[in-house]
Amino acid sequence: MKQKVFQLLVDNTSGVLSRISGLFSRRGYNIESITAGVTADPRYTRITIVTSGDDEILDQIEKQVFKLVDVRDIKVLEPEHSVYRELALIKVKVSADRRQEIIAIADTDNFRAKIIDVCKEALIVELTGNQDKIDTFISLLDGYEILELARTGIAGLGRGIDNVTYLP
Amino acid sequence: MIGADSIVKCLEEEGVDVVFGYPGVAICPFYNSILNSDIKTVLIRTEQNAAHAASGLARVTGKTGVCAVTSGPGATNVITGIATAFADSIPLIVITGQVNSSLLGSDVFQEADITGAVESFVKYSYLVRDADDIPRIFKEAFHLAGTGRKGPVLIDIPIDIQNAPTARFKYPETISMRTYKPTVKGHAVQIQKAVKALNHAKRPIICAGGGVHLAGACDILRKFSEKYSIPTVHTMMGKGALPSAYKLNYGMVGNNGKPYANRAMNESDLLIMVGARVADRAISQPDIIFDNKTLVHIDVDPAEIGKNAKATIPIVGDADSILNEMYDGEILCDTSEWIETLEEYRKTMYPKRNPNPKYVDPCEFIRRLTEKMEDDSIYVADVGQNQIWSCSNAVVKNGQFLTSGGMGTMGYSIPAAMGAKYACPDKQVVAVCGDGSFQMSLMELATMRQHNIQGKIIVMNNGYLGMVREYQHYTYKDHYSVVDISGSPDLSKIAEAYGFKYLCLENMDNCNEVIDDFLDSSDSVLLELNIDPMDLVK
Repeated sequence: MKQKVFQLLVDNTSGVLSRISGLFSRRGYNIESITAGVTADPRYTRITIVTSGDDEILDQIEKQVFKLVDVRDIKVLEPEHSVYRELALIKVKVSADRRQEIIAIADTDNFRAKIIDVCKEALIVELTGNQDKIDTFISLLDGYEILELARTGIAGLGRGIDNVTYLP
Repeated sequence: MIGADSIVKCLEEEGVDVVFGYPGVAICPFYNSILNSDIKTVLIRTEQNAAHAASGLARVTGKTGVCAVTSGPGATNVITGIATAFADSIPLIVITGQVNSSLLGSDVFQEADITGAVESFVKYSYLVRDADDIPRIFKEAFHLAGTGRKGPVLIDIPIDIQNAPTARFKYPETISMRTYKPTVKGHAVQIQKAVKALNHAKRPIICAGGGVHLAGACDILRKFSEKYSIPTVHTMMGKGALPSAYKLNYGMVGNNGKPYANRAMNESDLLIMVGARVADRAISQPDIIFDNKTLVHIDVDPAEIGKNAKATIPIVGDADSILNEMYDGEILCDTSEWIETLEEYRKTMYPKRNPNPKYVDPCEFIRRLTEKMEDDSIYVADVGQNQIWSCSNAVVKNGQFLTSGGMGTMGYSIPAAMGAKYACPDKQVVAVCGDGSFQMSLMELATMRQHNIQGKIIVMNNGYLGMVREYQHYTYKDHYSVVDISGSPDLSKIAEAYGFKYLCLENMDNCNEVIDDFLDSSDSVLLELNIDPMDLVK
């Protein structure tokens, strides 16, 4: 099983996200994460899908997705030539006397996370980065109670300008 | 002008002659507007058959078939017809009425989320939100249905959109779909590679699938095979792409195919798969079969290449265009020895049957029937044992052989034959079904009566759901469950009730006379065959 990140450019039609996610579910492909948002050109939506499978499956995923009428373009975002980012919001239960411990972890150069909400019993950390970084941060919170966790799944772009799809 | 008028104008622009369908309130504006047009309407008796009839029409004319049904149950009933067309890549436009758009999502009377429900069986679907979009949507829909890998497209139109006033009608001349551009011309380098590989091949073979029909590539396939003496086999959907009597046609492959066809394919050193998706019933163990040979896979759908078998030389594009280029390729390969071997297989590997003389032997019957049928006749096989007997024995001359291959939908033959006959009233069209499949579509006899569509229907009556019985015979050692279909009506009375002439064949004694009677009848005619309940396809 290999992991692969696909970047799709799709027509911004109603139901396009369900057409794509429906294709994955009915053909039994994995979706590890999926993010979607409109591009600078409002006619298009960019979707980043993290998926996994063996080579044949990944090849089929690429072809079947590209076959969907709404799909303008599909690319593989290779790790070495791409940037990925995910946003995580983590609500941690922490009393006032131990609050500083979490703030200290968040403040390190490794994470540069932000505290975006504080109440008497808990705080919310906002963290951006690749998936490894977020996983590491969460593991460092071992011993604290994570009340709620929201991760967006990754958004990604290829580096440089060689791989840009210019829209008519 | 209102949206409904606009829909009808779109169909006129696309050259549609007939719409098969069933009305309901949600599609009434459309059926009201169509009265002002020369487009004919055929009232089918259940919605599923509207799609099958449109499919039959599409397959014999090469045009896109059109059907129109109402919202809710009308739309959900048509789903099996859509899925059947999708599995065989048949171009259809399915128009469904929908409840008022302001009520969408509130579960009102006869509301069904049909675009959601058919998502996995359509090439594309539209929910029309603005009557001014109708011309663009229809232009796109017909383009999508009839190009690339063909298939059904559904257009769901709320009743208020059908009734909404719309601007002056202007049908777009061109398509501007940013995201859809099917490949037609094959890659020159790939074609060169295939030609080169053929030059080195000693035992080449072509396997023709349904895509050969859809691409209109039957003629060039024949010419290509003849010019370089390359033997051919075909899948179920490819039957009829080459005449049965063509000397290099070695018949159907697959678990229900000819033993010598399978052997020919297995022993070939180069296989050209054209318009075939290497489905499980045609090739059960692709890894083993393709291990020792060069596979040239020609398909218009890139996703089919590599899905079930790894192609050595993939060529994406239209079969007609690619075969034409390969035809000009100056191939030098001597296949005379290979053909000698295949002829030997053909002679020695013929499956033997011991038919019970008390009954009609379906295999011999079909051979005699199809030998007597007209040169350009259309044979429509249903699903079940009758389908396998038909595929193995029907002689196709220069006509067509239709069946539901991918989905295997029982009840397909009668409505599909009806659509085919409607489109080609001068051609001989024969539907062959079993007693099970007949009863799934017998209501359409009334449609034929009403619309003066001549029906020639053969029912192989064995009192069983024979294909499943056969499966239970082998798998569960005759432990039969829910396959006894006794209690079926007296078919002579059914024929009489629907105004069909009734013929019956008890055994093979007077087979030829009955066939002549059946084929020569100018009335609609139903022929019942007395088939041995224990007969097997293998």
